[in-house]
Amino acid sequence: MTRFWLIKLVRTIITLWFVVTFAFIVLRTSGDPVVALLGADAMPDEIEHFRELWGLDRSLFAQYISYIGQMATGQFGNSLRDSRPVLEIILERLPATAQLGLAAFIIAAVIGIPAGIVAALRRGRLTDRIVMVFAVFGFALPNFFLGILLILLFSLYLQILPSSGTGTFLHLLMPSITLATFTAGTLARFTRSAMLEVLEKPYMRAAAARGVPFWQRVLFHALPNAAIPIVTVIGLNLGQLVAGAIVIESVFAWPGIGRLLVVAVSQRDLAVVQGLVLVIAVTMVLANLIVDLLYGLLDPRIREGAK
Amino acid sequence: MSRPNVITLLAGGILVAAVATAIVGNVFTPHLVTDQALLSRLKPPAFLEGGIAEFPLGTDRIGRDMVARLVAGLQMSLSVALAGTLIGAIFGTFVGFLAAHFRGLTEEILMMFVDFQASLPFILIALTLLAFFGNSMVLFIILMGMFGWETYARLARGVVLSARSQPYARAVEALGAGPGRLYLRHILPNVASALIVQVTLTFPQIILLETSLSFLGLGIQPPNTSLGQILGDGRDYLSTAWWISVWPGALIFLITLSMSLLGDALRDRLDPMLKTRTT
Repeated sequence: MTRFWLIKLVRTIITLWFVVTFAFIVLRTSGDPVVALLGADAMPDEIEHFRELWGLDRSLFAQYISYIGQMATGQFGNSLRDSRPVLEIILERLPATAQLGLAAFIIAAVIGIPAGIVAALRRGRLTDRIVMVFAVFGFALPNFFLGILLILLFSLYLQILPSSGTGTFLHLLMPSITLATFTAGTLARFTRSAMLEVLEKPYMRAAAARGVPFWQRVLFHALPNAAIPIVTVIGLNLGQLVAGAIVIESVFAWPGIGRLLVVAVSQRDLAVVQGLVLVIAVTMVLANLIVDLLYGLLDPRIREGAK
Repeated sequence: MSRPNVITLLAGGILVAAVATAIVGNVFTPHLVTDQALLSRLKPPAFLEGGIAEFPLGTDRIGRDMVARLVAGLQMSLSVALAGTLIGAIFGTFVGFLAAHFRGLTEEILMMFVDFQASLPFILIALTLLAFFGNSMVLFIILMGMFGWETYARLARGVVLSARSQPYARAVEALGAGPGRLYLRHILPNVASALIVQVTLTFPQIILLETSLSFLGLGIQPPNTSLGQILGDGRDYLSTAWWISVWPGALIFLITLSMSLLGDALRDRLDPMLKTRTT
């Protein structure tokens, strides 16, 4: 058991180290990091301070070590646009993205998982077909196009929802539904296949033979066993949610870190880009670690098995 | 079980039509993509009030024919996705073969790169590289090629590891064939079906990646055009000219949907092992 947690922890640390190294290599191969992070019109004493702070007069290896130190303590430099510390800007925008992501996740789970269960129970019938058609549409529909269609319908034609911005519950509705669509489709598909597998197991027939009512069998016998693959898919989909937020926040002018990233990339505000990439990467890696641990809690076989 | 159903045929038909339009569509469009008809700006499609037959799908903000723009966008989106898919498939498979051939430390290091790329959403890596190195067509195509290579690497490695323990591979080796001959002539044909299925899964994802980035203004840059870029262009005209965004969006959707459906059908046919796991 300790071994399982330890291996996960070591892997997480290695991945984080890879992320920081990736950022360092990109930063150093793309040009002068001083110009990159402070801008071409930085003051000489500012440049001098920066060179000293980051140890740019020392060997590349020493620089690498001090870079890791800087990143680990959240010193990402200042934004080119308003020269405020990058970390401050990111922390300011983070709640909006967290709100959007959480809302989307709840919508996806509330729609996707029950839809998958129902499809599995009605395998091959019309309900199953309809759920699967929607799941495939959720996969293939580009999220930015879905967003545009929703804006056309609800903001411009029906004029009942605001097309952009934030503040009220109504503002949250379209962005979170757009973001949830892909995840809901994935969840429905995987829940269906996980349930199908479990429903054929002998213990389900045994439960039926003992006279356990139908819904009790589904909810308390089948679902917990199907939960393992579902949790894995949720973990894998965190990346999808993050990637989706980057695009969707721009569609709806949602003031989160996704929109911040797109604006920073187009203005080549490199300090902000670097800070965001590191913050997002760390968040994702940690979230994956949590999912892995959850996985171990849900299924004792994984914890104690040879894996 | 192996009958191609109506939906699969329809999906295949749409894809063939899309490719054909991209290749020869220019011949049939009366307007060049660069032609500007400033007197016919933001004309609605011909079937709506105010539309004219000269521009069946309407015009954009500087009076360019939407049909001509869509053909140009289709050409760009499909060729970029094709190039990206091929680069990723070849590179990834090569890395997988390398890892399986050398084992040991080489394998560990290569698979660490694979794990790293798999741990982050690719759009994040793409945006970082675009920000730091600046956008150019070459970098953009390389980026599309970098997408998904890790899946091919994992797949190829796994299949080679299991193939090498089989009698035919050992027989070929015993007959004195070098590793190049063994992998390319004997093992590759055996893993081809799994790789082809993976291609049908990656291709629509690369289309979505390209169109997303172009939509955000960070991908294909004017004067070049892609479906995503046209859609992004139309965002400012949603209230006055919905058709600028809706046509390219619908095209992207049709292509990715058809490719996914075709991929599912192909997977069922070529790879019965995968079928039981994911349907």
